[in-house]
Amino acid sequence: MDLQTLRGKISYQGILLGGVALVTAGALALADHATQPDIKAAQKQDMMQSLQQVLSVEYDNDLLKDTLTLPGPNGDVTVYRARKAGKVVAVVFQVQAIGYAGPVVSTMGLDSAGKVLGVRVIKHSETPGLGDKIEPAKSNWIHSFEGKWLGEPPADKWAVKKDGGIFDQFAGATITPRAVVKSVKGGLDFFEKNKAKLLDEAGGKS
Amino acid sequence: MSYGRITRDGLWDNNIVFAQILGMCPTMAVTSSATNGLGMGLATTAVLLAANALVSSVRHLITPEVRIPVYIVLIATLVTLVDVSLNAWVHDLYKVLGLYIALIVANCAVLGRAEAFAQKVGVGEAAMDGLMMGLGFTFALTLIGGIREVLGAGTLFANAHLLLGSSFAFLETTIIPEYKGYLLMILPPGGFLVLGFLLAGKRVMDQRRAARLAAAKVPEAEVLAS
Repeated sequence: MDLQTLRGKISYQGILLGGVALVTAGALALADHATQPDIKAAQKQDMMQSLQQVLSVEYDNDLLKDTLTLPGPNGDVTVYRARKAGKVVAVVFQVQAIGYAGPVVSTMGLDSAGKVLGVRVIKHSETPGLGDKIEPAKSNWIHSFEGKWLGEPPADKWAVKKDGGIFDQFAGATITPRAVVKSVKGGLDFFEKNKAKLLDEAGGKS
Repeated sequence: MSYGRITRDGLWDNNIVFAQILGMCPTMAVTSSATNGLGMGLATTAVLLAANALVSSVRHLITPEVRIPVYIVLIATLVTLVDVSLNAWVHDLYKVLGLYIALIVANCAVLGRAEAFAQKVGVGEAAMDGLMMGLGFTFALTLIGGIREVLGAGTLFANAHLLLGSSFAFLETTIIPEYKGYLLMILPPGGFLVLGFLLAGKRVMDQRRAARLAAAKVPEAEVLAS
């Protein structure tokens, strides 16, 4: 029987579709198997880089292994702890708040006294040209958090200037910086509340 | 069909964006800068080339009744393969392009070329068509992106080093220094505006050329008639 007659049969269609699905699924499985370790390694590298940006202290442990998951204001928060000689010197975690166009997610690093080491917005969909000045590539605004803590400025000054606080808003965009300030403040409150656990003072796992 | 004809079709006469008006989703979505347009264009070219060659090489096995699902599965698989290999082996490039790669599946130009051309011709012609259609698409996206970027942000090829490596950093130029930016061009309406003007421009050019050709042909016809 030649191909022409075979192609005319109704069962040929089913077998053809099945065959194509089988071959492509096999190709995808092989590709997945071949690329998975490299993708994992690259993602780990990305994670390290994003953590390091907000960690301006020296440490000697593997950040990605020393984690702690605690209940936060928006669900569980994974905290990465940087240690030097076994003592926690800084913590890094993600915070978020709703901006003008959906959630604005940032990572923030705090030293053991609760001072902000750095904040970076890692995901947002704010208006280009207006709200995106929260990115360090577009403006220095995000650095205005560095060195601040809950006592300096006092808690009621943790807001944009329009709301009586000390942080600048942008011309044409108040909602976006307000969200970032709110999320950083939330992060500081979270740190204060869980300080003993975060700094390992209660004698948790070392 | 001759390779010269295929080349002319892909790059200009039958350009995916300017003549077929296909693939509008990526055309509007990613052309906020010339670099983005170029990246999306190159990724699409790779998929078009591979999809056309693949469809052409299995064309005798595929029956007309089930060709659409077969082509879709083949194209989706190719795109996924490109996606995971970029992610694994050129991760920095993937971080720039990653968002757009998956969009290529939804680019009807890829299925369109398989359906309209690759399933009827040999592997060589199909691959050539994929390459030229892809390059024409790249040209269109880079042009739209460039115009939007210059008008919207005053720069051209900003961040090209992220896409092409640091040796291409010389492409990054500031056309208008101290430019405050014109947000409309960066936001989606800018894409529609620029595309509209370019389509009109292409029609004018093509009409002028046709008129010139017609004018050149008249004396010849008279000679033949006499």
